[in-house]
Amino acid sequence: MKTTLPLTIAVVCLGGAVLAAPETFDFKDPKGINNAGFKLDAPLEAINGSASGVSGTVTFDPADPASTKGKIVVASNSLQLPNQMQMHHMQGEKWLDVAKFPEITFESLSFKNVHTDGDSTTADVTGLFSVKGNSKEITAPVKLTYLKDKLGQRLPGKNGDLLVIRSNFSIKRSDFGINPGQFEDKVSETIEINLSIAGASAR
Amino acid sequence: MTAKTIRLIALMLLAVALWFWFARGANRGWTKDRQPRQSTDPVTGLVGVSYENRFVPGVDFLGAACLASSFLFGISFMFRNKQIST
Repeated sequence: MKTTLPLTIAVVCLGGAVLAAPETFDFKDPKGINNAGFKLDAPLEAINGSASGVSGTVTFDPADPASTKGKIVVASNSLQLPNQMQMHHMQGEKWLDVAKFPEITFESLSFKNVHTDGDSTTADVTGLFSVKGNSKEITAPVKLTYLKDKLGQRLPGKNGDLLVIRSNFSIKRSDFGINPGQFEDKVSETIEINLSIAGASAR
Repeated sequence: MTAKTIRLIALMLLAVALWFWFARGANRGWTKDRQPRQSTDPVTGLVGVSYENRFVPGVDFLGAACLASSFLFGISFMFRNKQIST
């Protein structure tokens, strides 16, 4: 009896650890739904676009969401606008210079103010945001939704889990050398970004 | 070609441009050549965005039509109307 209880506790803890192991989610979406939207104020009409070239990995432990870490990558040449001429200017040398800087990245450093309710976790994520070769530490609110065993519903024939990440934040284009101080009466300094992405962890 | 004909062409140009602008949704923003299309993933609830080629005239299109129409109307004064002799 004296040795059985510690052994039982050890087995339960080990079992719990196995069940709550961190998973790595891949955000390259074969369905092409993952996207990062962006918006800039401008005269007459706001500039609204989206980028679909999302990839990256995030490691998430449902039992310990605060330990989440990862890196999301957006291909800068996947940023699109409803006007092709405007889009080519945006991707050009003066603005995003996609030929020279093919990736926009966010790498997490820490998660704070973590609150979990069911399968949803909200937190403030601090990380390094990099655009056009310039990096800045930013903090953004994020919502993580862990969908256990739902990968098969999204991609038939596959087994695993999904992690949905949603976040809305803004950056200043001058912080990242995106044509700083130029055309501020035509294209606002502030860029609003909304991220809606789902990653898969296959078993 | 008489002045009256040129003015008629100017008016028709403006009318067609207006009709086309209305037919394509009376867009009060800038002219676009692509339209975003949304699709919702039923499992995650995420909304994906893709673009399809579609010309949607905006206020700059109307402005260009007004300018062209005004130009035609203006040069119509360089032409004479046919004089009907009695």
